[in-house]
Amino acid sequence: MKDRNTAETVTEEKLKNASIDALKCMQCGACSGSCPSGRHTSLNIRKLVKIAGKTTDILSNEELWMCTTCYNCQERCPRNIAIVDILLDIRAISVHQGIIHPEHMEVCKMLLAYGHAVPINEENRKKRTDIGMEELPETVHKYEDGLNEVKTLLDSCGFRKLITETDGPIKDI
Amino acid sequence: MKGLSLFLGCLVPNRYPGIELATKLCLAKLDVDCADLPCASCCPAPGVFRSFDRTTWLTLASRNIVLSEQMERDMLTICNGCFSTLADANRCIKGEDSAKEEVNEHLKKIGKEINGTIDVRHIIEFLYQEYGPENIRSYVEKQLDIRVAVHYGCHLIKPTKDRGLGNFERPVFFDELVTALGATSVEYPDKMACCGAGGGVRSAMKDRSLKMTEAKLSRIKEADVDCIVNSCPFCHMQLGEGQREIKERMGTEFDIPVLHYTQLMGLALGFPPEMLGIDVNIEKNKRFMNLLDTE
Repeated sequence: MKDRNTAETVTEEKLKNASIDALKCMQCGACSGSCPSGRHTSLNIRKLVKIAGKTTDILSNEELWMCTTCYNCQERCPRNIAIVDILLDIRAISVHQGIIHPEHMEVCKMLLAYGHAVPINEENRKKRTDIGMEELPETVHKYEDGLNEVKTLLDSCGFRKLITETDGPIKDI
Repeated sequence: MKGLSLFLGCLVPNRYPGIELATKLCLAKLDVDCADLPCASCCPAPGVFRSFDRTTWLTLASRNIVLSEQMERDMLTICNGCFSTLADANRCIKGEDSAKEEVNEHLKKIGKEINGTIDVRHIIEFLYQEYGPENIRSYVEKQLDIRVAVHYGCHLIKPTKDRGLGNFERPVFFDELVTALGATSVEYPDKMACCGAGGGVRSAMKDRSLKMTEAKLSRIKEADVDCIVNSCPFCHMQLGEGQREIKERMGTEFDIPVLHYTQLMGLALGFPPEMLGIDVNIEKNKRFMNLLDTE
């Protein structure tokens, strides 16, 4: 009998819970037929829904990250399965296993450092002043206290720990 | 109705400041009560951060919402991604007590508390529902006799059960706001298709994301339009900057000007293109501007 407390079993349980709604799937394929990414990439959303809660292999499936979250599949699903929401939850389980694209890691580091996923740069400081705007916008870029609040929350939610611990050698997908 | 606070997000102030200025100029001209929202951060972006850690996503979004709650103003977004995050987070806080409690435990550490007392708006649905195309028509100083490909983007209208803006298959509200400015909204195949940028695909898999963009741009090119008009700076980047990237990587040239709705509206309200961040130094946009000047 399996030890119910191993990290692996916990992950399996999380995956199952995240994917309960997917059990309603009848594999009609309306999702794949509506998927703009599937036309141009290997993403087969019908297949992902099929295996969603059944195997932890899905956590390292690159197709998880090909979805643009356009919601077409979810809108057209005749069984009203929240496909995109399930996919996002599975992605999060995957990230908590240390599986994250290096480019996404960079976006996380930007948020941790600046409170913006896309921070200001020299070119855009100039672009702003050239059209008569203030060099910095009315965001955390201008208010250090605000940025510190964001940093406190990122610590409190464990996001900094999640990212710094993952950022050993970044696990490539 | 409450007054509004302007939520800027990341891409608008830090990459497309012209859209920020265009928005402020248009809102002032329409006499909309909209104040700055000091101290806001990244929304945070739904496709990436919600994919990484839902609690972090919900908590940072809640902090932004609290800033507007403290001003007793509804939040106005000018980006489909920000709208997605903030509207979804706000609905979650209003509807799920356990989520609200969890978030407030974190917010307590910065002396804040979310109460769920305001609404989150997107400028397109705000203008449509609170002003209406006919009313906007009355503000137009320069009729824009041009052919426009309207790009709604995904998160303005989907998930439809949460957005409440009707069916996503063939919506008309954005088109009506464009025609109110004198322009023609041209129908084209796959009009409701995604630009290809969302969900972290642009950042991690650019070649794949550009294939979706190329398909969309090809349809738009065939429709023979003067410009593309969007409601989101991320779509704006993918459809605009994406043209340069597609040319470099795949060799296909499109040369279609791309404008955020507030920039198009700014032109119709009589503001000069330089003030709206419409890049007149780019040859393709010079052609577009010449077209406007001959009206």
